[in-house]
Amino acid sequence: MSARKPLLEVEHLVMRFGGLVAVADLSLTAYQREITAIIGPNGAGKTTVFNCLTGFYKPTSGRLSLHHPDAIYLLEQMEGFRIASQAGVARTFQNIRLFPGMTALENLIVAQHNRLMRASGFSVAGLLGLPVYRNAERAAVDKARHWLQRVGLEERADWEAGNLPYGAQRRLEIARAMCTDPILLCLDEPAAGLNPRESAELNALLLSIRDEAGIGIMLIEHDMSVVMGISDHVIVLDYGRKIADGTPDEVRRDPNVIKAYLGEEETEELPPEVAADIPELRE
Amino acid sequence: MAAIAETATSRLQLGPIFRDAVLAALVALVLSGPIMGLQTADASGGQGLVLNFRPAWVLWTVGVVFVGRLLLGFWWAHRAGRAVETPRALKALGAFLARIETPLGYAGVGFAIALPFLWFADRYVIDVATTVLIYVMLGWGLNVVVGLAGLLDLGYVAFYAVGAYSFALLAHHFQFTFWEALPLAGAFAAFFGIVLGFPVLRLRGDYLAIVTLGFGEIIRIVLINWWHVTGGPNGISNIPRPSFFGMPFQRNAPEGVTTFHQFFGLEFSPEHRIIFLYFVILALALITNLFTLRLRRLPIGRAWEALREDEIACRALGINPTNTKLSAFAIGAMLGGFAGAFFATRQGFISPESFTFIESAIILAIVVLGGMGSQTGVVLAALVLVTLPEFGRQFAEFRMLLFGAAMVAIMVWRPRGLLAYREPSIRLHRKGSGA
Repeated sequence: MSARKPLLEVEHLVMRFGGLVAVADLSLTAYQREITAIIGPNGAGKTTVFNCLTGFYKPTSGRLSLHHPDAIYLLEQMEGFRIASQAGVARTFQNIRLFPGMTALENLIVAQHNRLMRASGFSVAGLLGLPVYRNAERAAVDKARHWLQRVGLEERADWEAGNLPYGAQRRLEIARAMCTDPILLCLDEPAAGLNPRESAELNALLLSIRDEAGIGIMLIEHDMSVVMGISDHVIVLDYGRKIADGTPDEVRRDPNVIKAYLGEEETEELPPEVAADIPELRE
Repeated sequence: MAAIAETATSRLQLGPIFRDAVLAALVALVLSGPIMGLQTADASGGQGLVLNFRPAWVLWTVGVVFVGRLLLGFWWAHRAGRAVETPRALKALGAFLARIETPLGYAGVGFAIALPFLWFADRYVIDVATTVLIYVMLGWGLNVVVGLAGLLDLGYVAFYAVGAYSFALLAHHFQFTFWEALPLAGAFAAFFGIVLGFPVLRLRGDYLAIVTLGFGEIIRIVLINWWHVTGGPNGISNIPRPSFFGMPFQRNAPEGVTTFHQFFGLEFSPEHRIIFLYFVILALALITNLFTLRLRRLPIGRAWEALREDEIACRALGINPTNTKLSAFAIGAMLGGFAGAFFATRQGFISPESFTFIESAIILAIVVLGGMGSQTGVVLAALVLVTLPEFGRQFAEFRMLLFGAAMVAIMVWRPRGLLAYREPSIRLHRKGSGA
């Protein structure tokens, strides 16, 4: 692999809600063309990090710099929707947030809103039906069709998104995020609620996005088969702090991680059927 | 409720149903005692008002409520455990209307154009039809805000008022004609839409409804109290009538002006103006329809619908929620302003009386009953809500009762409106191609 180029640098990120410190002095780096997984026990602050990254929360302090080829965007200073439209950070949500009453195709076209809005001359050219806008719309439909094919939903393009099965909704949400042409894709528990086959398909999709689109992916995940199977780089949080950072193999062996997940000095008291599931204890 | 659920499995329990009916009868007694049992009447011989007691009325009311509640109780017990279902006829009607929506639309437009020349079209019919069309236009305008963008606006009449007063004042002080003032009236109303939009950007649902309700009242109260500009409760009269390409509809034209009937060599008839006004509002309404249908298929329209569905997801996709909401408010208000200017020129006189909350409620009812986002539904609802009271003039006292009952029925059986079907703004596959 060639030299890793940093895509996102988080430096000393702190997020406080009143007296509660959700994220305490977190620094991490995500690289271009890599899948970075953030894991940790419930309440470790993973989703809070995502919300800071995508502008839903304003960080208490810290710096979030996103490296574009020609510029560096400081995300903590940007308004929420501009992080998506200008800096190119797209995200999905833990509880799916599609536009349920609109069709799958419409969901993907709404994702291309800003480009279409400019092409429609802020609706003037669109109202007059000028070719500028018609061409832009055709291009948008082509792009949407491409992503519908990638996630296997072309046949159901005209279904209402809310009527699609759960796994399809998850894939559609990823396709919608990709339609915004992101440079960094943030996925909040993309495998939650998927069966093993769907989960394997998801892995393949994410790897192909990383390799073809050449963007960085960050994901929060509890499903270790996804995390260990596709991540290039794993970061472990506990109580808002980073306790481990490295390749999946390094993290798996890290004593701090085992402690955070299993608790200290309690490993011997685990029931045998639980201990059998943890490779570290199986020796 | 628990008692009712039990009866589904065990025997019918009479106790709770009976108790419930007695309770309802008691409430009816308390309410109807003063309201129906006492009547003020003019005593003969100029002795002022006297009170008549009407115990029979009270007894009847209490009896009807008791029996009705008892029957309702039995009915509920009988069908406990089953979900509220839309009656099949209503469902079929909705599906049928959705299927024939397009041909119905063309037929409707054809009928609307032909209407003034039909045999039964007298002045009264055309007047009512004009009123219907004003409400259709207002409904289509409000549909942008409520149906597409999902922002519940209870003060829409404010923009209607702004449009009407803009035209009236421009005409009064600066001698603007209707056609010159029409774009300005729309622009002023759009400006007020943005002014209202700014403070309510963060609000949704009930909270937004309350603030917009307040805004509607503020406009009306300002119109009443700012009397040296608006004429206060006396309103503004002598608002000029629209002309046909500069030709007025008058019997005797001033020096050097050709009137409409002179130009076309017709006998003067006051109906010409009525018919002309009808066609003006028909054209305005049709333009509104085409405009909003077109907007819906543009990025801005899709962004409105996306905002209605999920605002947080919109932000994550880089859609500016502020601009999107403000544009919905502004465009909805602009259409209301056009309708207002037309209203002013049609009436020739406006006062704050015409812009009360009940107008907002009727326009909103038209949108909600018709089916949010459905253009044809708005027409049907406007037709029903405006003409029903005309047919029911002899039952004037019960009009609001009928109105309320119709609302409740629709909300119970078709909570998303009569025509709740949503046509996608764009398709990948041909309609009905199986995929």
